[in-house]
Amino acid sequence: MQTEHFISADKFCIYHNIEFSFIKNLEDFGLIDVKTFEETRYIHEDEVGKIERMLRLHNDLEINMEGIDTITHLLDRMNSMQEEIRILKNKLRLYEED
Amino acid sequence: MAFVDYYKVLGIDKNAAEKEIKNAYRKLARKYHPDVNPNDKDAHAKFQEINEANEVLSDTVKRKKYDEYGKDWKHADQFEQAKSNRGQQYASSGESFSGGSGERDFSDFFSSMFGGGSGSSGRQQVKYRGQDFNAELHLNLRDAYTSHQQTLTVNGKNIRITIPAGIENDQTIKIKGHGGQGQNQGQNGDLYINFKIANDPDFKREGNNLYTVSKIDLYTAVLGGETTINTLSGKVKLKVSAGTQNGAKVKLKGKGFPVYKRDGEFGDLYVNYQVMIPATLTEQQEELFKQLSQL
Repeated sequence: MQTEHFISADKFCIYHNIEFSFIKNLEDFGLIDVKTFEETRYIHEDEVGKIERMLRLHNDLEINMEGIDTITHLLDRMNSMQEEIRILKNKLRLYEED
Repeated sequence: MAFVDYYKVLGIDKNAAEKEIKNAYRKLARKYHPDVNPNDKDAHAKFQEINEANEVLSDTVKRKKYDEYGKDWKHADQFEQAKSNRGQQYASSGESFSGGSGERDFSDFFSSMFGGGSGSSGRQQVKYRGQDFNAELHLNLRDAYTSHQQTLTVNGKNIRITIPAGIENDQTIKIKGHGGQGQNQGQNGDLYINFKIANDPDFKREGNNLYTVSKIDLYTAVLGGETTINTLSGKVKLKVSAGTQNGAKVKLKGKGFPVYKRDGEFGDLYVNYQVMIPATLTEQQEELFKQLSQL
């Protein structure tokens, strides 16, 4: 595995001053994917923003893992619906100004 | 800046107990947290407001000052000092106390509270992520056809961004860390740029495909021939088959819009033929058409 697009989970935890158990819990809930390479746990850079958002939900709002799971699921649904609306709106533009 | 009633912000009574403050804050924070209200400026502003209210009211020292001095609570220490110094003008004149060295407004005070250094309570300061900024960028269809760089000015700062070819109308891209500054070593917010792409008079776009209309004269439609059409990458000569109907469509593969962030991939261009019927005829043409109709 090439590690250039990954950050070590330990570094992430030190930077955010959190225990590794938080990352482990997210992984157990299937919310993130943590890779292991030469006995070091890595997080893909694409996942960092997502984990930071979940960390804020946990710290700022004291939301537990079940809540984070629900919110993440609903936000994903909201995003895909917004994307669908955007595509449909752009389709409608085809018939404007005719 | 105008006085803000922190109790009102949290929707609680002035005699609210610590637990009530905490509960009210939590309830509102869950409702207005930026992560559960992405791209909602009002929610972001409201979240900042309730954070401010909570920072003051959940701290017994700050709350006491706030309760006693109301809008001037941040100068409470100066008030106390002045009280003990008899003969001070402020006591009899009734003027509002300005502190002499320039009164900081509400948001400055907010910064000093969260920005560190002068906190009097000794509580551990909370890291706050900076506010996300939203910007709108208007492009025309031809701008969006090629990747190009553009400089934006956001809150007085110039940011040079590369706009990838194929960006769609109403698409939003995130520029990480270019939002508001974080407080207490919190991360900076992000900058969200929403693209508004104007309709083009010659081309309509649906996803990566483009649609255009090409006018051909009656004789070319009937007998066949050639026509030249404009694409976004230059002119293209097309063979028109004999007997082409009005409204007939031809597809030019790969002559549509570039696929977003996929180098070398393009959608298709659909050409809709519009057969132009002559509006006026010479005597000879009319005669020939009559002959044709009787064949």
